[in-house]
Amino acid sequence: MAAAQQRQKILILYLGTSALDSDVKGWTMYDGTGREHHTTGDSDERPYATGMEALLDGWRVIQFPQLIPPYPGMEYTTSFKKNEYIFEKLETIET
Amino acid sequence: MSDKQHLLNSHQMAEFVARGFLRFDEIVPDDINQAVMAEFEAGGINSYPAGTPFAECYPAPSPIGAMLRLPQIQGILDSLVGQNPLFDHHAIHKRLPNEGKAQGLHGDSIIDTRLHFDVQLMYFPHDVPLEMGGTLLLPGSHLRRINEAEVSRYQNFLGQIPMVCEAGSILVLHHGIWHCGRQNRTDRMRYMYKIRLNPTVRQLRLWNTDDLDEDTSAHQPIFAGEKRDDVQAILARLEPWFEAGDGRLEIVNRTLLWRFLTGDEDFDVHYWLTRLENMPENRLSA
Repeated sequence: MAAAQQRQKILILYLGTSALDSDVKGWTMYDGTGREHHTTGDSDERPYATGMEALLDGWRVIQFPQLIPPYPGMEYTTSFKKNEYIFEKLETIET
Repeated sequence: MSDKQHLLNSHQMAEFVARGFLRFDEIVPDDINQAVMAEFEAGGINSYPAGTPFAECYPAPSPIGAMLRLPQIQGILDSLVGQNPLFDHHAIHKRLPNEGKAQGLHGDSIIDTRLHFDVQLMYFPHDVPLEMGGTLLLPGSHLRRINEAEVSRYQNFLGQIPMVCEAGSILVLHHGIWHCGRQNRTDRMRYMYKIRLNPTVRQLRLWNTDDLDEDTSAHQPIFAGEKRDDVQAILARLEPWFEAGDGRLEIVNRTLLWRFLTGDEDFDVHYWLTRLENMPENRLSA
């Protein structure tokens, strides 16, 4: 007999500033339902224009980026993307 | 030594410093492209120990050697790494037909914080349509300090470039640029040849600097809103994927690299560094 179970979909948005309603600059998606298969360089169209748009579409924020001062001597160094917001949606699948 | 007409100019060098790559479409003649493809499909090409003088690699007859010795390609390499560079390594990268996913985004080798840079030349000997993938580049990522595949969590960015091109096209990359092989959704194998070269000379004004003059480094009005195409304007262009704050720091790091390459320690863009270097107390004591 089929049973309904929940699976997690993950959306990661890289925003222009630490504000959730700032512009989306980059994005990543993982689909725990197995229905979608996302990979590097598979889209030039961002899923949302801002982080706020994702919130309005039902995504739940599960990680806010911390604001960490630069290490002394590293004030002008750039590295990983800042403003990384992680969202989730829970979707029901039949197993 | 390359003829001046084949060397890069200062605008091209500024593009390289700002974006971490230069692109040259269809500069390799088709007879060389076809000979290279025949060689690849027959099993590959010989390699050389790391550190071998580049001039000793690929003696004739060699289709890859013929490509690398084209005057325009020699001029590009001379402009970036100077004469007598060393062979680091090469690879024939293949992306399998109908593969399940793309390669993860990465920077090659390991974290490398030098102002000196190696170049990687990528050569595409056959047409690469979008469905075949093409190498994915993230323009302007080369100065970010990351180690290899630590960035493979990042799937897409505004402004990313899939290398869709005709046969005989070339990319020349700063060693730090983030890139990956995009998914090949065709039923054909995709080939790309890559070679990494190390400079043996100080990378100082190796290109054709006839177009560098006092105007290049003269301070300009800030936020003037002009649409310019000079060296400072090229170095000030933000990539669409930059964050607001780090985007400004990218300009600072480009400026430091431009100073290194030109020897002009007063050069600036947007006054970012000059403002920080202003120490009035030192002026008084001088």
